Amino acid sequence: MTTPVDYIAETRRIYDAQGFPSYRWIENVEPAPWTPIEVPLSAARIALVASGGIYEHGQLAFHHSDDTSLRIIENDVDSAALRTTHFAYDLTDARADINCVFPIDGLRTLAARGVIGTPANVHCTFMGGIYSARRVREELAPRVEAVMRSQEVDLVLLVPV
Amino acid sequence: MSSAWSITRSVNPPRAAFVDFPLGHTTGRPHEPELTLDILSSALASAQAMTEPGTIVGLPHRWPVDDWRDDPMGARGAGGDSRTERTPERVYQSPDDEAAARDTTHADHCLNCIGIET
Repeated sequence: MTTPVDYIAETRRIYDAQGFPSYRWIENVEPAPWTPIEVPLSAARIALVASGGIYEHGQLAFHHSDDTSLRIIENDVDSAALRTTHFAYDLTDARADINCVFPIDGLRTLAARGVIGTPANVHCTFMGGIYSARRVREELAPRVEAVMRSQEVDLVLLVPV
Repeated sequence: MSSAWSITRSVNPPRAAFVDFPLGHTTGRPHEPELTLDILSSALASAQAMTEPGTIVGLPHRWPVDDWRDDPMGARGAGGDSRTERTPERVYQSPDDEAAARDTTHADHCLNCIGIET
């Protein structure tokens, strides 16, 4: 496999060149929490949770200064009604086809083909690019958890940008 | 999913599938539905097969060219930093979206939004 781009090193280089202090990336050294997947994929209820500043036409957009709010995207959304704004990635292809960063059509097709059981009734999106890890932990993550638990999903597919 | 290996390794999630694509393409390329389906299928099958927390599986999908790796965040092309300003004002993809949001939002309560700061 080609050596992947090291984005921690790349952002450090960009910040150093501008005289900014290095960003302190989260480093989780303890073993990750683990819940076995107890249903076959073909029976699983799967939700999407995506960063990338995705919202539906008609919803408030995000602001770009540590916005920890969520948008609820209903599973039957018309993917053409989804929008993106962000400060840190090239939006061109995501705006041409939201499935680059929010694969809602793909998930629904997998269900129609019997690869997965069902998409969840609702999915979540958030801004991302939140520099405060504390606010992610204390504000954003509990909101996502509450939405997912209310639907009894089997798997959450987290799609970061 | 992940397109940033070193960040994902540092975060150490329970399960991850890495796609070696430029940022903004975590689950595929525009108007290539079969590619997205293959990425999703591979990622979900990998997740089900994992037995060790913290596993990151590298998916086999390849971007057609490699030149994006030379400037993966577009920084050089932007004169040092491609990020736009992080303001507390909402940023819409188009003026139509802002108008539509205004129509559906009542007393600062956004339909289907959670955690909006008023």
